Amino acid sequence: MRAPSSDLPVILERVSVRAGATTMLDDVSLGIRPGPPTLVVGPNGSGKTTLLRVCMGLVAPTEGRISWGGRSDAAPIRRAILFQRPVMLRRTAAGNIAYALAQAGVPRSRRPARVAELLQRVGLSELAQRSARKLSGGEQQRLALARALARDPELLFLDEPTANLDPAATRAVEEIILLAAQSGIKIVMASHDLGQVRRIAGDVVFLVRGKLCEQGPAESFLARPSTPEAAAFVCGDLVI
Amino acid sequence: MSDQLSAWQLILQGDPALFAIVQLSIVVSLSAVALAALVGMPLGALLALTRFPGRSALVVLLNAFMGLPPVVVGLAVYLLLSRSGPLGAMGILFTPTAMVIAQTILIVPIIAALTRQTVEDLWLEYRDELAAMDVSPLGRVATLLWDARLSLVTALLAGLGRAAAEVGAVMIVGGNIDGFTRTMTTAIALETSKGNLPLAMGLGLVLVSLVLAINAAAWGVRSWSERQAG
Repeated sequence: MRAPSSDLPVILERVSVRAGATTMLDDVSLGIRPGPPTLVVGPNGSGKTTLLRVCMGLVAPTEGRISWGGRSDAAPIRRAILFQRPVMLRRTAAGNIAYALAQAGVPRSRRPARVAELLQRVGLSELAQRSARKLSGGEQQRLALARALARDPELLFLDEPTANLDPAATRAVEEIILLAAQSGIKIVMASHDLGQVRRIAGDVVFLVRGKLCEQGPAESFLARPSTPEAAAFVCGDLVI
Repeated sequence: MSDQLSAWQLILQGDPALFAIVQLSIVVSLSAVALAALVGMPLGALLALTRFPGRSALVVLLNAFMGLPPVVVGLAVYLLLSRSGPLGAMGILFTPTAMVIAQTILIVPIIAALTRQTVEDLWLEYRDELAAMDVSPLGRVATLLWDARLSLVTALLAGLGRAAAEVGAVMIVGGNIDGFTRTMTTAIALETSKGNLPLAMGLGLVLVSLVLAINAAAWGVRSWSERQAG
């Protein structure tokens, strides 16, 4: 199998990401360590997506450094990401997972069993041969989760995976995420849903306008927010 | 009317001269499409996925070359292959091989330009997912070509249509030699000027039906696979 070297902890040192005059992340220092799910919260445009992309290795910091398990150039072998709007490949549901398995280096002979297992895990066994692009939004989100889990990640980034889903579909997705977390996968998930923070978070990273505003265990963040922005967020006020 | 009747008679009776011409046309054009696909598709995909100085100029050039006049291509290949030309020693001017070469050059830009457009659009959509799955550059090209295969069939058909319908290039480098390099289009041009309208119309009918049949088949394949995979 793969080299046993771990991608954890992920360490960001004074990371900034800029595109022209826009600053997406501003001097963020952060460590992501094994443990219960980390939720990245904050209003739209606060840099949640950019932070996940930097942590995944898809976006290089304009300033500052990032390292995975002490290495600054780790290929995304044990990391996976679920984008806010996942793109289904023009293949069947099973074909999408088989593709991810192939890219993760799983030998051809072992793929069918893994495909069946992953489809089962996200409750899509019945739809295996359906075209992935014809699935509903919730089904696509679950298929994308299965595709991310196919990489057998130790670190899974989720970018608002339930933002466009109804409560039933949200519950289905959250259950898969919690099971994944219990199986030892480190979850890092962007959300602006306070209820979701309560249900899932072990600790919280709170971003406002690209700056790391507050960081700590979910309980104390929810009970005793230490910044006015976080207090407003926890009260359910609009933070802009 | 009588010309039309004899045109149908030629087809229905299986006139050997007519069918030899049809066969040569099909073989030449299909060979050209196959060769052009081998060159044009990877070229288009490469152009879609790479960024280098002069890329925009190349894309504009490729798009412009989609409308390359067949006679000019014919002339260029003629100069290459003629006795005094750089490839004259091969002695293939006025052979079907020369016709395949000319048509290949004619349709490589069409297939490459359409492939580039298709692959680039799909790439914008797939880019993040493929990057997240750490797909190698070659794997990306293969994935994009495979997932765009339905649209790429259209590119091949555009090439085939162009090859089957052109007169200028095959006329110049093939020479329209009876029983050797005479294709449907060159024969139609010749027979019409000779006043032999039944054969010209018979060939015209076959040419149009062939193009229709190919497109109908492609449409069928396309809607079938869309139902399968979307």
